[in-house]
Amino acid sequence: MKDWLCEIRDAMKAFVRTVGELTLFFINIVMYTPRTLVRRPGLVVKQVFNSGTMSMTIILTCGLFVGMVLGLQGFDTLQRFGAEEALGTFATLSLVKELGPVLTALLFAGRAGTALASEIGLMRATDQLAAMEMMAVDPVRRIVIPRFLGGVVAMPFLAAIFNMVAIFGAFIVGVTFMGVDEGAFWSQMHANVAVADVAQGVIKSVVFGVVASLLAVYQGYTSVPTAEGVGRATTRTVVTTAITVLILDYMLTAALIG
Amino acid sequence: MKKDCPKSIVEIRDVVFSRDAKPIFDGLNINIPRGKITAVMGPSGTGKTTLLRLITGQLTPDKGHICVDGKDVSTMSREQLFAMRRRMGMLFQNGALLTDLDVFENVAFPLREHTDLPEKLIRHIVLTKLHAVGLRGTWRMMPSELSGGMARRVALARSMAMDPDIIIYDEPLAGLDPISMGVILRLIKRLNDALGITSIVVSHDVQEIGSIADCSYLMADGKVVASGAPEELSKDGNPIVQQFMAGMAEGPVPFHYPGPDYEEQLLGRVVE
Repeated sequence: MKDWLCEIRDAMKAFVRTVGELTLFFINIVMYTPRTLVRRPGLVVKQVFNSGTMSMTIILTCGLFVGMVLGLQGFDTLQRFGAEEALGTFATLSLVKELGPVLTALLFAGRAGTALASEIGLMRATDQLAAMEMMAVDPVRRIVIPRFLGGVVAMPFLAAIFNMVAIFGAFIVGVTFMGVDEGAFWSQMHANVAVADVAQGVIKSVVFGVVASLLAVYQGYTSVPTAEGVGRATTRTVVTTAITVLILDYMLTAALIG
Repeated sequence: MKKDCPKSIVEIRDVVFSRDAKPIFDGLNINIPRGKITAVMGPSGTGKTTLLRLITGQLTPDKGHICVDGKDVSTMSREQLFAMRRRMGMLFQNGALLTDLDVFENVAFPLREHTDLPEKLIRHIVLTKLHAVGLRGTWRMMPSELSGGMARRVALARSMAMDPDIIIYDEPLAGLDPISMGVILRLIKRLNDALGITSIVVSHDVQEIGSIADCSYLMADGKVVASGAPEELSKDGNPIVQQFMAGMAEGPVPFHYPGPDYEEQLLGRVVE
């Protein structure tokens, strides 16, 4: 019984320590972000390309099929009430407010987050970060911040592209395959989706972008400098991002709906 | 208490350091003379790389003082440490080249980070440094295209880019073929003679490093057990020094890591 309690105590202490370290790490990033943007805009642009453009394939493919499934499921449910013409509204609200930001964040963690964590972890394992320290260059400013900002900038755009492709997927299935009226699909969507709904999704994708990028660079930067350590950091990036994004999603939804 | 030590460029006084409750140094004293090649030698696991990390301020001693050019490293702020490191170059065991940059950009890296030199001048400096290590022709190659010896020479060019006062070499000869070894040795000697920089070489290649070092320290059990010119070390009567210099398996430094009785363990009588 005592050992069990000790384990819980140690786990709690480790959790509090990690949260504290992560907070300080984030504060350090925020403090030097303006300077990095002014002095090294090229590095940030390169990382927007690495995290954003390089994630396009997975975003486009998954977005299309998520939209198609939504079209099928939406049509099947709505036709029971004779409301299949509301498919456009149904798909768009589901995507813009919820599925778009959440699924993009999860896909981002799997594609760009793991790449960031393993890249930074390997840099530590091969003494590249130590070499920078020895050349009087702060690795947080040179390596971490551009990668963090690249992810933060890329996420809202990826979510927007995911939403557009997914709506197109729902359109293909609903209108082309199931025979929903094309005019009704678009006009209902236009009439019932408000700017506030889109804004809700944008807020979520920005928050998720910060969280997913922060967790990825943190896991990589603090990884144990061995092959196993880098592997663990990469896995932790996906797991912690998924859990954090889903918890935050509920909290943000509750706050934004009021 | 701050202690100034202006005589040597690096002075290590009564340093005590332990990691995970395991003592590494217990009253270590070393003087690194300015403008000379100093070899720090010792069996594996004696903390040679740890010593370099202490000198460069990557680690802080539990007790004692480490002074670089008269300033105590352990009392320096991060900005002061970075200012000190700008005057130092370090060659890591594996080169530690930045894998996303080509050879030219690796050597140019410290110049771009710390100076506002025009591109033409940066190009001139980088090509000069690469020429000094015989690898000017590799300027557009990526680190993954270089052999181990070439990567270390590029790393050496990078460590010279800012014209440092001190260059620290961490096992510069480990795993190199005889040709690369000879090239690196001659480079260390030539750079030291031509530029008047202080070189600190951590190695256990006794004969090779002994051939270029002005003075040597031999460490064992967390302390310096012998010091002086390499030829003086080979005449030292200390059994540890004799064992290390002659490369003998038997002696005060055990070959086997402490463990249970061999026969008992083979017969399965040891509780594991």
